[in-house]
Parts: sequence; C-alpha cells; structure tokens
Amino acid sequence: MHHEITFPTDEATVRELRAGDTVTIQGHIIGIRDATQIRIFDRGQEPPMSLEGAALLHTAPNVRKLGEGRYEPMCIGTTTSARMSRFTEGLVRDHHARAIIGKGGLLPEALEPLGKHGGVYLAIVGGAAALETTQIEEIEQVEWEDLMPECLWKFRVRDFGPLIVGMDTHGESLYENVQVEARKRLEETIYSRL
Amino acid sequence: MAIDITTDLQQTVEDASAHLYVWALKDIPQDLRDALRAAMERETHKVGKRILETINTNVSVADETKNLVCQDTGLAVYYVRLGEHFPLHPARIEQALREGTRRATLEHPLRSNTVHTLTRVATGDNTGYRIPHIHWEFVPDWDGLDVKCIPKGSGSENMSFLKMLVPADGVAAIKRFVLDSIVGAGGKPCPPGIVGVGIGGSADLAMHLAKEAIARPVDDVNPDPDVAQLERELFELLNETGIGPMGLGGDTTVLSVHVEQAHTHITLNPVAVNYQCWAARRASAHIHADGTVDFDREA
Repeated sequence: MHHEITFPTDEATVRELRAGDTVTIQGHIIGIRDATQIRIFDRGQEPPMSLEGAALLHTAPNVRKLGEGRYEPMCIGTTTSARMSRFTEGLVRDHHARAIIGKGGLLPEALEPLGKHGGVYLAIVGGAAALETTQIEEIEQVEWEDLMPECLWKFRVRDFGPLIVGMDTHGESLYENVQVEARKRLEETIYSRL
Repeated sequence: MAIDITTDLQQTVEDASAHLYVWALKDIPQDLRDALRAAMERETHKVGKRILETINTNVSVADETKNLVCQDTGLAVYYVRLGEHFPLHPARIEQALREGTRRATLEHPLRSNTVHTLTRVATGDNTGYRIPHIHWEFVPDWDGLDVKCIPKGSGSENMSFLKMLVPADGVAAIKRFVLDSIVGAGGKPCPPGIVGVGIGGSADLAMHLAKEAIARPVDDVNPDPDVAQLERELFELLNETGIGPMGLGGDTTVLSVHVEQAHTHITLNPVAVNYQCWAARRASAHIHADGTVDFDREA
C-alpha cells in the first residue's frame, strides 16, 4: 500500500503504516546524524528546533554557504542508521519524532520503542543522493553549525521518496524477516554445498 | 631539462588526480551501469525491483544534473601502476595525488570526511596523515603510469571482516566466512555491490588484497582458474541468500565477487572481506612519459 504523508504528522498516521508499504513525504524533514544526537542525548542539550511529529533523516549533506545561516543544497544523501539505533527511544518517547529515515535499518531492539511510543523506520535507497537532492526544495533552517556537516537541518521537501516502511509500530521489521530467511537458507541449503 | 620535465609531470599527475576524484564521484563506469540495469531487469522480488529502479534512476539524474551519484565523497584511495622507466619518483607521485585530492575537495567543493581518528577533528580537504592511501604496483620494462582513483564510501567500508582460519578449516571455511559476513552485513553496505575477498598472505596482506579486489571492473575474472572458480561459486551462493537490494529482500545480493590471493605460511589460512557498495565509483588515467594523459572510465 502507498501513503502520501505531510510531515510533521501525528502518532495515529504512522500507526497505520505496515512494513513493506511505500511512502512519499511532503512538507518538512529534519536532518540529524551521530554528532547531533550525541549532543542531544549524551550531553543533554535541548535541540534548538522542535522534533515534535517530525520525520528525521540520517544525513550529513554537501552544501554551499550562501550567507549567515543560509546554505544551498549540493548533494544530500543518507547514511547507515544502525550505529545510531540507541537514540531511538529518546527520539520517539521524549521528542515525539514519528519517523526515522535512513538506510540499512535500525537494530532489532529499536522495534520496542517504535511500537510503544509510535514511530516508524522508513528505508530510503542508500547512495541515491542525486535523486534525493532534487526532492529537497530548500534548506530552511540550520542549527548547531559548529557540528558541520552534522548540524540540525530543516529541509522543505517535495515528493520525497520512494521510501519503504522497514520497521513499523506493530513489531515487524523487513530487515529481521530477510535475516531470518537468509540464515534459514544458509543452514538448510547452502552450508551443505561448501 | 630533467628538472623541468619532472616538475611538469608532477603537475600533470596532480591535475589528473584532481579530475579523477570528481569524475569518479559523478560518472560511474559503463560495466557497473550495465550490471545495475541487468539486475533491475532480472529481479523478481517486488521491493528489490523498486529499489533497483530507483538506483538506475539516480544514476541518470546524476548525469542530467551533473551531480554526485552518492553524497559520501569517501576516503581517497589510489591504485598506482608505475613503470620502471617513468620519469617521476614515487615520492613526487604521492605528493601529486595528495595535492590533487586536496584541490578537488576545495575547488568543487566536495564534502570533506577526513578526521583525526582520536580527536575527530576534521582536516577539511579529504587529505590527512597517511591519507590518501595509495596501493603501489611496480612494473618492469615500462615507462608509463596508471592511476586509478576510488573514493571509498564508509557505509561499505564499515562492513570489512578478517578471520585467521587454520589450514585444517580448508576452502569450505573460507566460503562460509564470506557468506556469513555478507549476510550479517545485511543492508548496511548498500547492496548489491562488489564483494572483494583476499585470501592468503598475512593478516594485513589479506585485507590489502580484498581492497585490490573491489577495484576491479564488475565483469573482470581472476586469471587463475582455481581462483576464478571460487569467484563463480561465491557469486552464486551469495545470490541465493535473498538479502537483496538494500537488505530488504531479493534475488540480487551482489553484482560481482572478486578474489585475490597470495601464497601464505604453512600454518596460516587468512581470509578478508572488503565490500564495495552499488555506487562502486572508480576512474582511471593512463599517464605517458611525455606527459600526455588518456582518461579511462572503464579500467
């Protein structure tokens, strides 16, 4: 099933999504990365823009500076999510973020906070940055510029996607399903032929 | 006169390197384009097919917008084949590759990824201590220089694995280690990509060889028939796992498997895996002793 969602959004909207569904996003997306989340959660600093209802994107963009706090997108893509898994609970429980967009999936332990507090993981096609850049209309706000390029970025987007619901609020992860199936194939049909 | 020639050649190598770094990031080789298109046409899994369609669209968009294929401008890695009679010393070639990388980063500009490993302080120009990393091969009875630039993405580099197997484990354990590594990596290294496997030598040589392996064109086959057989077997077995594009399921888990080997000690049986993502960026230049340069996207 395909969904078109304008972010920020509410909990009920993301609870309707099921692993394997596709999503296109309109509205706003907030870019975060390792250093941004280390500052929020490990250093305890309140983010200077609200994450309420937000779709968060794991990114560190290539940009060109136009002036004070103003940047032009040059090439914006998505990084591997797994290493930022431990921040999931804080993002959905304390900041009410509703979607985390990344590649490769969060670790399986992220399923519990996503289900409990109402958040989904949306898989983007990693490496497809040229396409992703054309879907970002403008960088509207940048905070924590000292963390460049791992700042807090607010992007206005148009037809952002295609995204695939990789982990939903009902405890299902496409990544886990694929892993379980792959290990079964190794045990049942592959190892015996080595 | 000799000094002038040397200076000009160093500039030539530097200019070539600056061009290669940007070119590699924007215009992926034809063999890779063909492989990605064939994978899309072959894929039967719905989600996998959708992802491969997006990947192919992205390659076209990068062409049309003259943008980078992927935002990760990587860690600069060069593969150098240096002829015995090429009139520029390796020390100067190294300087030229460093300066070319720096210039490409600042002039384009490209995102700089290079940081001090402990302090995490960025250098800002994609060079640093021991970076770019250069693989050297010295060729007797030749006066040319081949430079291949591979900006190596970190998502795939993080999925690197080494195991010191013992001789009694045999080839079966080598295959099992490669299979377990790629299944365990799942979607993180941006599959379907090129799996580089290094076997033999010492621990460091095995990983070095795995890195040499990912630099080969997609369709390239190892000239040693025993090694080529291992490449074929691993390719087929890996694509039976169902990991699929971006780890979300499908028929295409890898585009290619390349194996490089070295002799080893009677006690050793090392195996290393290095992964190259689907956006397997690479670009080459053939530099002649007279300073002329032939750029080559397919080498």
